[in-house]
Amino acid sequence: MANETIRNFCIIAHIDHGKSTLADRILEKTQAVAVRDMEEQLLDNMDIERERGITIKARAVTLNYTAQDGKTYLFNLIDTPGHVDFNYEVSRSLAACEGAILIVDASQGIEAQTLANTYLAIEADLELLPVINKIDLPSAEPERVAQEVESIIGIPAMDAPRVSAKRGTNIEDVLERIVTDIPAPKGDESAPLQALIFDSFYDSYKGVIIYIRVKEGTVRVGDRIRLMATGAEFTVVEAGVMSATDHINQGSLCAGEVGYLTASIKSIGDTRVGDTITLADHPCDSPLPGYRKVSPMVFSGIYPADGAHYNDLRDALEKLQLNDAALTFEPETSIALGFGFRCGFLGLLHMEIIQERLEREYNLDLVTTAPSVIYRVTLTSGEVLMIDNPSNYPNPANIADAEEPMVKADILAPSEYVGSIMELCQERRGVFKDMQYIDENRVNLHYTLPLNEIIYDFFDALKSRTRGYASLDYELAGYASSKLVKLDFLLNGDIVDALSFIVHTDKAYTRARKIAEKLKENIPRQLFEVPIQAAIGGKVIARETVKALRKDVLAKCYGGDITRKKKLLEKQKEGKKRMRQLGTVEVPSDAFMAVLKFDE
Amino acid sequence: MMEDSVVGLYLHIPFCAKKCPYCDFYSLPYRRSHMADYTAAVCRNLAALPKALTADSIYLGGGTPSLLPFDALQQILDTIRSHCSVEHAEITLEANPCTMTDDALQHWLHSGINRLSVGIQSFCDDELKQLGRNHTAEQSRQAILRAANIGFSNLSVDLMLGTPLQTAASLSESIATALSLPITHLSAYMLKIEDGTPFAENPPEIADSDTAAERYHQLRSAMLAAGFHHYEISNFAKPGFESRHNLKYWECKPYIGIGPGAHSCYGGKRYYAPRSLEQFCSSYHQPIVIDDTEPCSDGERLMLGLRLQKGICLQDYPHCSSILLRNAKPLQPRFVTIQDDTLSLTSDGWLVSNSVLGYLLNGILP
Repeated sequence: MANETIRNFCIIAHIDHGKSTLADRILEKTQAVAVRDMEEQLLDNMDIERERGITIKARAVTLNYTAQDGKTYLFNLIDTPGHVDFNYEVSRSLAACEGAILIVDASQGIEAQTLANTYLAIEADLELLPVINKIDLPSAEPERVAQEVESIIGIPAMDAPRVSAKRGTNIEDVLERIVTDIPAPKGDESAPLQALIFDSFYDSYKGVIIYIRVKEGTVRVGDRIRLMATGAEFTVVEAGVMSATDHINQGSLCAGEVGYLTASIKSIGDTRVGDTITLADHPCDSPLPGYRKVSPMVFSGIYPADGAHYNDLRDALEKLQLNDAALTFEPETSIALGFGFRCGFLGLLHMEIIQERLEREYNLDLVTTAPSVIYRVTLTSGEVLMIDNPSNYPNPANIADAEEPMVKADILAPSEYVGSIMELCQERRGVFKDMQYIDENRVNLHYTLPLNEIIYDFFDALKSRTRGYASLDYELAGYASSKLVKLDFLLNGDIVDALSFIVHTDKAYTRARKIAEKLKENIPRQLFEVPIQAAIGGKVIARETVKALRKDVLAKCYGGDITRKKKLLEKQKEGKKRMRQLGTVEVPSDAFMAVLKFDE
Repeated sequence: MMEDSVVGLYLHIPFCAKKCPYCDFYSLPYRRSHMADYTAAVCRNLAALPKALTADSIYLGGGTPSLLPFDALQQILDTIRSHCSVEHAEITLEANPCTMTDDALQHWLHSGINRLSVGIQSFCDDELKQLGRNHTAEQSRQAILRAANIGFSNLSVDLMLGTPLQTAASLSESIATALSLPITHLSAYMLKIEDGTPFAENPPEIADSDTAAERYHQLRSAMLAAGFHHYEISNFAKPGFESRHNLKYWECKPYIGIGPGAHSCYGGKRYYAPRSLEQFCSSYHQPIVIDDTEPCSDGERLMLGLRLQKGICLQDYPHCSSILLRNAKPLQPRFVTIQDDTLSLTSDGWLVSNSVLGYLLNGILP
């Protein structure tokens, strides 16, 4: 395969700016997909991705394009995740390419996410090809947006293709520019093998399917390969390329190519994104740069709403983990919720997606506890603990120092919203770093924020205060000492462990009151009065009461009512399965969820 | 199943001059032309009753049974007498106050009716109007007095609790009026919006559960003070005047229902006739739908028995008395009392009896 006719590229775009639609149009124009097979957003396989309009995992596809110069080119389009939770996966996808199409919405301009990913692309030394999309919208201002791209990113953009991916306008222009602007891959087919893993997923027939970019050398079916980070070795069963709907085993992949490998690998944990594959007999000197193990940042307890489904939940998590190495889980027990799992996620979106998939694809009813970050607690004895579960938070008397993880956040928004964004960041204990004007109308605000302030609902709050215009990107920025307390909730005098969480002292009172009120709304009246208390240590800081039930009776019970009454009692019993019995108090599973939602 | 030789007979008379917006019993507008077919169908079904049956209670419910023409009523009662032994039976007729003329009362008494259950609902005119009743408070009062005068010595009235316009004062007035009359029995139901009724489509603002509970206690105190027993969740009676018929429901005794929408518990089954007058009249014997083939289980008997003040006798439940005692622990003494071998619900327990039964029958009901 002559490398000059290969183009490896990805698409960078903000959510909703039309990445998947453009990808679909490219697939269509290169006739990778028969029109009758076209589904909207073909690259986004999961229902959730389609519904939310986001790409969760990277995908790749190989396409043939006959250019105006008469030559047929091989395009490898690598789709990248579009959310801050999946930043690392983005950077690995970028590392597999020589160029990136930068889609910018012709009316909205550049967003924080686009900017963050563009910087990643520049760091990865990619050739950027700006494309201005949605020119069909009445509010489109392609000239202004092109200007914005030039001034903010510093790349020429005045001749950027103006397209409407939705209507299929000017897509050929983009295809030609891929040929002319994006460089062909380099690399030596006979050098020792160096291949980058940029994605992998589990297939129940073939085992793990690894998506790779071969940087140097050649890999063939039958080769013994080594995954350098884990040291695991396997024998290649298939090596080939991905069409839009199928895998085509071509027996080998060589330098410059993008494709897939299978090697009867049972665990996706062995195939970490970012790792380098080499040949066991003829290894390369060093792995490709940039590998890091992805570790979860947000933790939450997941329990079956009906305790009888514990094993189903475990099976489902195991299956999801086959495809998602970033998901971690281990069994935990809660007095309130029984047996469940402590799960780790990359971020809040990742958490929501996992929950949603468990509920939808595995038909499970779940109760999840408040998300927590990992706190670093130094005891007076000098011992350092990493706490991801509030239940394990040590006695305050034994704590010498408590630290919480911080993030550096970039917020891009129209300048008119600066005031309300600053207010929000202030409320969330943010420390203002600086602010840059991107142009006369838009600013980039830099803040340092505690991670635990943004994992709940920060993004939603930001969106609602800026009428959807602000965008957010963040990265971890170490730990900082903080005045933290563990807030407990008591029902009828007993602590409900599943409701405890760690919070900054200044926030404790407001949160305690709000959650106590929410609990009151969500716990039905029962035979006995239920006192609700919020406490720090032994000190009660908020209280509410669920009054005792006064009337719950079938007043009339004659001949025809008896069967009905019996059914009612049976139904009542069925309903109790969704209740958690805490001492004498019955709490609906939903109540645990409701208190997690802080609508302001 | 023991031999069901003594039964209660229930006849459903599905005709009303006017349908009340809260009522979900099966009833149709009254038509004189329906009567011959309907009466004939009732009599055919009565004639098909098992031999050697004793009916110690006959209950004509509805609907508005007091709308039945005298000849039809007479024919039905005669048919019963010719097929069952009815000596000393309690024979109840549900009556609307408007229908209780001297003439009608004479006829009823003469035909053997010995108990009237009068749908009063309230003794306040604005409340009656809102409930869609076709009589005034004064008409009701006069009707009861007339009935007593003519010779009815067992008179029951119905009151409603928690209706939209009811206040503590207006209920007090209704109770006082009721107690000033020669009644032996009073049933009081908390208004419940039933599916498929006009009230369900256009719901009035009914009393919240706290208010309804207060009204219930208010009624109970007044009735106890006047010498009535609160013998069932919704029923009060002078000693000896408990409704024999209704007790059959709560004591899991057999009853046979005839008429569209009438329910039966007989021969080891609970079943009912579909709510269709046409089907009832056109079938030689009424069609039935079985909705329970194992009635009178321990759980069911407990559920029903605990509606009664006298409660249940633990000895009668050898298989579940230990579960009952354990389940009852946290409910005592506020909701449940146990004395000697008797377990019963308190009036507080009655008011939340759905929840109380949920706890109490945990492990007993399937």
